[in-house]
Amino acid sequence: MGEKKLMRGNEAIAEAAIRAGCRNYFAYPITPQAELLQWMAEHMPEQENGTFLQAESEIGAVSMVYGAASTGERTMTSSSSPGISLKQEGISYLAGSELPAVIVNIMRGGPGLGNIQPAQGDYFQATKGGGHGDYRLIVLAPSTVPEAAELTFEAFELADRYRNPVMVLADGMIGQMMEPVELPSPLDLADLPPKPWATTGKDGRKPNVIRSFALGAEKLKSINENLQSKYENIKRAETRYEEIGVEDPDILLVAFGTVGRIAKSTRRLARNEGIDVGIFRPITLWPFPDNRLAELSQKVDTVLTVEMNAGQMVEDVRLSVDSDINTPFYGEQGGVVPDPSRILEEVKKYV
Amino acid sequence: MSEEAVAENTAELKKVFDRPKSLNDEKFSYCPGCHHGVINRLIAEVIDELGIQDSTVGTAPVGCSVFLYKWFDVDVIQPAHGRVSAVATGVKRARPDLTVFAYQGDGDFASIGTNNSTHAANRGENITTFFINNTLYGMTGGEMAPTTLLGQKTTTSPHGRSARDYGYPIKMSEMLAALDGPTYITRQAVYDAKRIDNAKAAIKKAFRYQMEDEGYSLVEFLSACPINWGMDPVEANERIKEEVEEVYPLGDIIERS
Repeated sequence: MGEKKLMRGNEAIAEAAIRAGCRNYFAYPITPQAELLQWMAEHMPEQENGTFLQAESEIGAVSMVYGAASTGERTMTSSSSPGISLKQEGISYLAGSELPAVIVNIMRGGPGLGNIQPAQGDYFQATKGGGHGDYRLIVLAPSTVPEAAELTFEAFELADRYRNPVMVLADGMIGQMMEPVELPSPLDLADLPPKPWATTGKDGRKPNVIRSFALGAEKLKSINENLQSKYENIKRAETRYEEIGVEDPDILLVAFGTVGRIAKSTRRLARNEGIDVGIFRPITLWPFPDNRLAELSQKVDTVLTVEMNAGQMVEDVRLSVDSDINTPFYGEQGGVVPDPSRILEEVKKYV
Repeated sequence: MSEEAVAENTAELKKVFDRPKSLNDEKFSYCPGCHHGVINRLIAEVIDELGIQDSTVGTAPVGCSVFLYKWFDVDVIQPAHGRVSAVATGVKRARPDLTVFAYQGDGDFASIGTNNSTHAANRGENITTFFINNTLYGMTGGEMAPTTLLGQKTTTSPHGRSARDYGYPIKMSEMLAALDGPTYITRQAVYDAKRIDNAKAAIKKAFRYQMEDEGYSLVEFLSACPINWGMDPVEANERIKEEVEEVYPLGDIIERS
């Protein structure tokens, strides 16, 4: 690990990407992720062969990512909710063509133009597809600035390992907040794995082709089955979560990202009142840590899900746990960030 | 002829026509009289002649030429409809040492991808773009395109394209020539030997500009689609000469290097 620095979330994500060997970044300005783009504009040209390009549109940016990722180089784009909606075409194509790339979503309020406040309304979009066709993104949800840097760094490793797009799903709170970050040491590009599939000029070999197109039904069926079996491997190997105080809690609180962090404050407040709140924080939203959640839920009567949306992850929670367990939901919307004491009020309804 | 004479003549025989190395043995699936095949071949010949087969990456559109990856013996990327210019940009920015061409139809380049194609041209991206203008959507069933001529009947303009409803045939090459970014923009046709020669020279020039790091080149081709035009191949060639060239005149539009 490298030195410790006070950094804004957006900047920490950008710098972590550069240190992970990302040399191609394409994006379009949008609040609240603008500092990420600005950091890249400043620092990507300092890298040897570093490409920063402000694209004509979100669709242009994700298509440039598709092109650059086809050459096998580490590649990223970032945006916020409305911009991520525009990128869905390209994300489906990246997944269908099995191209590694990292997409950062610093979520804001929606639907439509919404506002520029922190929100978690894009959980469905990130974890259930978003674009057309049967595909999955690996979705990583940091709850702090240091974790955002760490997961961004790791996102590139996962993308390469599985030839799959990876989304870092944070929100305006994490993007804008400043915290001390210990940045990872920069990777040596020479150490990155070779990509024999990349379109880099055929130069003595058979031509490489990057596509998501197969006209015959049997052919596409077999491609899709291979994708699904890859997703099964990812489920088995890459499910991540954090759990606190889950030995014998009075209630289990499930929250991701910013709310996962706030939940820890709720746990402290609750302890003063003699209530033991266990916390389960999914770090991979896809694959969702369903097995572990199912185990933990056996210890409690109530699994309370808290999100900054109208109830999205709670559907995965309900799919994970037995139907005799109470699974209430508490959410705030429109950019309202739930207060730890407000969450405690919800907790008290069930213990 | 004596045996000696035959032997002598045969020794002097040279193979003067063959498939370019940059095409493989797969048969084109283009319709009879379509110009895509001629244009594909010319591009492959030029890649051979410039000796860049090993360092070329092609980006293919969605449409009749979606199968470029089957026919070209070079690395090929087959992205989303309309995004070819942006994808080619990504490849070239990541790997400036590669020679990158974007092959786009009129739906791709002049309709759904106009934003991407216009900005690639305006940035002067160092790529070579081939824009195949056959005045309609060939693969999906002959629908009207922004390039469709006034009065032209298509499956979505069964009474003929009217300016009142759909405006006028879009002149992408002239539009992009108004920008300061592009280096070379030309409009070509391939319906006879002379024009094929001219077109090939334009393709070569467009690749050379990229290899010399001179920036964005665009070669527009007026291309025949006899099936969707309801014509035989000879009539389709005549139509280009008599009608299409009236709206889209051939020749270099800009050349700045």
